Amino acid sequence: MATRKSNSATEAVASTPHRLPVAGKVLVPRPTAKRFYGHGIPGVDVSKLTGKLIVVEGADGSGRSTQIARLVSWLEGRGHATVQVGLKRSTLVSEELSQAQLGNILSRTTLSLFYATDFADQLENIMLPALKAGFMVLADRYIYTIMARDLVRGMDEEWLKNLYGIAVVPDAVFYLQVSPEELIQRNFAKKHALDFWESGMDLGLSRDMFDSFIKYQGLMVEKYQRLQKIYGFTIVDGNRPMDVISRELQHKIESMLAGRQ
Amino acid sequence: MKTFAELGFPGRLVAVEGIDGSGKSTQIYLLKRWLEVQGLRVFFSEWNSSELVKSATSKGKKTNLLTPTTFSLIHATDFADRYERHLVPLLRAGYIVLCDRYVFTAFARDTVRGCPPEWVRGLYGFAALPDLTFFFKARLEVSLQRILEGRPQLKYFEAGMDLRLSTDPYESFRIFQGRLLEQYLAMSTEFHFHVIDANQPVEAQQSVVRQLVAANIELANYASSKG
Repeated sequence: MATRKSNSATEAVASTPHRLPVAGKVLVPRPTAKRFYGHGIPGVDVSKLTGKLIVVEGADGSGRSTQIARLVSWLEGRGHATVQVGLKRSTLVSEELSQAQLGNILSRTTLSLFYATDFADQLENIMLPALKAGFMVLADRYIYTIMARDLVRGMDEEWLKNLYGIAVVPDAVFYLQVSPEELIQRNFAKKHALDFWESGMDLGLSRDMFDSFIKYQGLMVEKYQRLQKIYGFTIVDGNRPMDVISRELQHKIESMLAGRQ
Repeated sequence: MKTFAELGFPGRLVAVEGIDGSGKSTQIYLLKRWLEVQGLRVFFSEWNSSELVKSATSKGKKTNLLTPTTFSLIHATDFADRYERHLVPLLRAGYIVLCDRYVFTAFARDTVRGCPPEWVRGLYGFAALPDLTFFFKARLEVSLQRILEGRPQLKYFEAGMDLRLSTDPYESFRIFQGRLLEQYLAMSTEFHFHVIDANQPVEAQQSVVRQLVAANIELANYASSKG
C-alpha cells in the first residue's frame, strides 16, 4: 500500500499541467464497468458507456461552479472532451420548473417528480450519449442534492431510492462541505441576498430568512451525511482556499482515470 | 398499498379504467350525474389534466422528446400535482372523487413501453388505492372499431408510435391497445377490479356500476350540507 501511494504521488506531481511528461501525449482513461443504481434506463447497454461521470455536489456558495469550471479547463488541457450538466437545465421541463418555483405552488411530491423528470431528460439526452462517446461528463450537482432536499421535506427514502434507480453510478462524487456560517458570508459577498429556496423558506422553519437559512443548511448537511453513508461519495473540506481544493480534486481524478481508485 | 377507506379518509375514491374506446368515460359521466342529482358531494378528475404540468407534457409530446422514462415521470408529476392539490384535500373533506383513469393506466402504459414494472409501481407508491375500481372490459375489436371508425388523426404517443410496433399508425394503435388490454387483465385480480362487461348496452353497464357504488359506499354520508 505504501509503495502504491508514493507511486501515485510522484506520477501526480510529474503530470501537473505545467510539466507534461511527453509533449502532446494524452492519457487514455482506464475503462471501468458502469452500472445503474437500480432498474436503470430500459434498453441501455452499460458496457458501452466508456466515458467518465464526475459529480461535484455542494450548497450555493460552496465553490462548486468555480471548481467545475477549473476542472473543465484542466481536463480539456489534458486532451479529454467534456460535457457539463446541472440541475434544471433540461429542454423538457426546465422552464416550467422555474415558473413553478416562482409561484411556490407545487406540493412536495410534484416538485420532486418534476426534478426527477428534468434529471431523466438530461440523463437520457445528454449524459448517456456523452458517456457512450467517451466524454468526461461533469455534473454540477446530481441526484444527491435533489434527494437531500426531498428528504429534508419529508419524502420517503425508499421511494427516492427507487425513483433514482434510473441514475448511472458516477466514477467520482465530490461533496464540497462548507459550514452554514461560511456559506452565508460567501452568499452575501456574491449577491448581498439569500435565495428563497436555498434558505428553505418553503418549509416554514423560521420567518426570519437568516435563521431559516442556517437551519435549512444544517438540515441539508445532515441529509448529505446520511446519503454519503449510502452512496459513499468523497467529502471535501470546502472551507479551504480554492487552489488547495482544486489540487485535491485533480489528484483524485487522476487516480480515477488511471484506474487506481 | 391501502385504500382511502383503510387509511381513514372520510371521502371515497372511485376510478374507472380500460383501454381507449371501452366506454369508461361515458360510464363515469353517468355515475357523476346520478350522484349529483342526489345532491351528494362529488368531484370529477381526469387523467393528464394538471394545468401546470400540461405545458411540459404537450411540449414533450409535440416534439417527440419523450422517452419511456420521461413519459412515465412527466405523467407521474401530473398525477402527483392533482393528487396532492385536489384529490387528497377533497377526500379529507369527505367528497366522493371520481377519477377517469388512475395509477393503473400508468402501470399498464409504462410497462408496455418497457419501464420496469416495480420501478413504475414504486413511483406511484405515494398514492392510496381507490375504494372502488371499475374495469371496462370490451372485446379489443369493438374498442378499436369505436375509435378507428371515423379514421381519426391518431396522436403519436396515443398510437404507441414511439414503440416502433408498426410504421402505420392504425396498425400500431391496434397492437398497442392489445398489449394494454393484456396488462389490465393481468392486474385485474391483484387490484380487485370490478370487471364490467363493456360489450353490453350503456344502460345495462350503468345499472351494474350504480348498484356496486350503492352497495360499497354509504351514500347518505355524502349529502351536501346545502341539502
